[in-house]
Amino acid sequence: MNPIKISTRGLTFFYGEQQVLFGNDLDIAQGKVTAIIGPSGCGKSTHIRVYNRIYELYRDQRATGRVLLDGKNILANDEDLIELRRRVGMIFQKPTPFPMTVYDNVAYGLKMHYKLSRSEMRDRVEEALKQAALWDEVKDELSRPGMALSGGQQQRLCIARAIAVEPEVLLMDEPTSAIDPVATARIEELIESFKGRYTVAIVTHNMQQAARISDFTAFFFEGKIVEFGATEKIFTNPDEKQTEDYITGRFG
Amino acid sequence: MKPRPSTGRKLADLVVKGLSIAASLLGIFVLGWILFEVGRRGIAALNWDFFTQLPTPPGVDGGGLSSAIVGTLIITALATVIGVPVGMMAGVYLAEVGKGTRLASVVRFTINVMMGIPSIIIGLFIYTIMVLPVGRFSGLAGAVALAIIMLPVVARTADDMLNLVPNELRESALALGLPRWRVTFAVVFRSAKSGLVTGVLLAVARVSGETAPLLFTSLNSVYWPTSISEPMSNLTVTIFNYAMSPYPDWQQAAWGASLLIMAAVLFVNIISRGMFRERKK
Repeated sequence: MNPIKISTRGLTFFYGEQQVLFGNDLDIAQGKVTAIIGPSGCGKSTHIRVYNRIYELYRDQRATGRVLLDGKNILANDEDLIELRRRVGMIFQKPTPFPMTVYDNVAYGLKMHYKLSRSEMRDRVEEALKQAALWDEVKDELSRPGMALSGGQQQRLCIARAIAVEPEVLLMDEPTSAIDPVATARIEELIESFKGRYTVAIVTHNMQQAARISDFTAFFFEGKIVEFGATEKIFTNPDEKQTEDYITGRFG
Repeated sequence: MKPRPSTGRKLADLVVKGLSIAASLLGIFVLGWILFEVGRRGIAALNWDFFTQLPTPPGVDGGGLSSAIVGTLIITALATVIGVPVGMMAGVYLAEVGKGTRLASVVRFTINVMMGIPSIIIGLFIYTIMVLPVGRFSGLAGAVALAIIMLPVVARTADDMLNLVPNELRESALALGLPRWRVTFAVVFRSAKSGLVTGVLLAVARVSGETAPLLFTSLNSVYWPTSISEPMSNLTVTIFNYAMSPYPDWQQAAWGASLLIMAAVLFVNIISRGMFRERKK
């Protein structure tokens, strides 16, 4: 068995009065890719949005239960959110470059978390852009606005921005649903290359994508985890009828 | 089933269309007329002396409104320095910090009410709290009155503009581990920059023509402005005084001052429109 990076116990979640997660348990293996699949509105995005407590931007959302990151409960009141979010990065569905240059997009977060000299900064930015397989395309346009890149490039810029601060976990919330198939393939390659280095939790609507890139898969339905296991098992021989129906496209 | 004849409906359509076009043309016509009339009468007053000389008594040649021009610039700048930061921070509260709270809706309602307060009442208010106690009109009192008029305009536009910034951007900045205030000022403000600047410019344009709040506060002066704690010369009150006077050369100067303000407001409006268009690109 793999070491566990994030261990969720009894997670419930509310949007105002409406409960959307019902006491879920889930273990995310270190250095592996865990895919979270399920029909729209089943709570998969909500689940990973607890891992960096980003939901707290909204007043009416709250989570209860325990989420242990390396054994420490991040839902505790004394959790340092800034450090938590440095350790747990996130990529969103829509690419969201900051209204700054390509270079500053990557450097801004770095500046927040590390004290670096100008040349160290340059190296780190370059390194992050290389890891995100974007360097060759943007090395001569670092001073252009991030918004001027193509959609797929913007998404890789967001990935570079996230990995620049040296996170341990990357949360990806349908990272390829807003970009074209070629750009999607590049991002899937990237995720493959992250294995071992980062712990990845990816929400996806794309069954093939989950099957291709993930080591483990969790199937969510109506706020509960129906089945969780090795991706190969889930996709070839699931225990639950519901899981089989979903992955074979009978509903969802 | 036989459909009703459509002639009546087509005619009604035509009438509504005609009326709306006529109404718009009327609006443009009135604006054009004002611009033309102020321009025609004001242009004659504008010469080198107008911008460089102090006012002279009626009948004496060669006077200008330099003191009023500088006074207006000082009062407006001071009002901007006081009103914009407060209005901006109120906007930040409404759209970012206090978003969705009960206090935010109370503040938003208050701001809307404030926008509707006649400016003369704000002038009277400042008169009672800043002029009466010290027994002296002052440029500062005028600036504070104008700042109070600017405040809701700036707060409201800041609120609107910050709300246009998608939450995805806030989330991705927060997710990177930025503290909330950095998210607001470095990312959200940058994203809303042109809209925010537009709001400030429109607020400046809005107060630069105000007369009533200055009548009870900075009043007017024939001297060069030297201290903000004394009555301060300004264009709008000068227009008021000069236009009411029986002297043709003063009346002429009032037209000149009117043209100057109008041109400045028009200029600021065009700039802010240009900035807003930039943003949409």
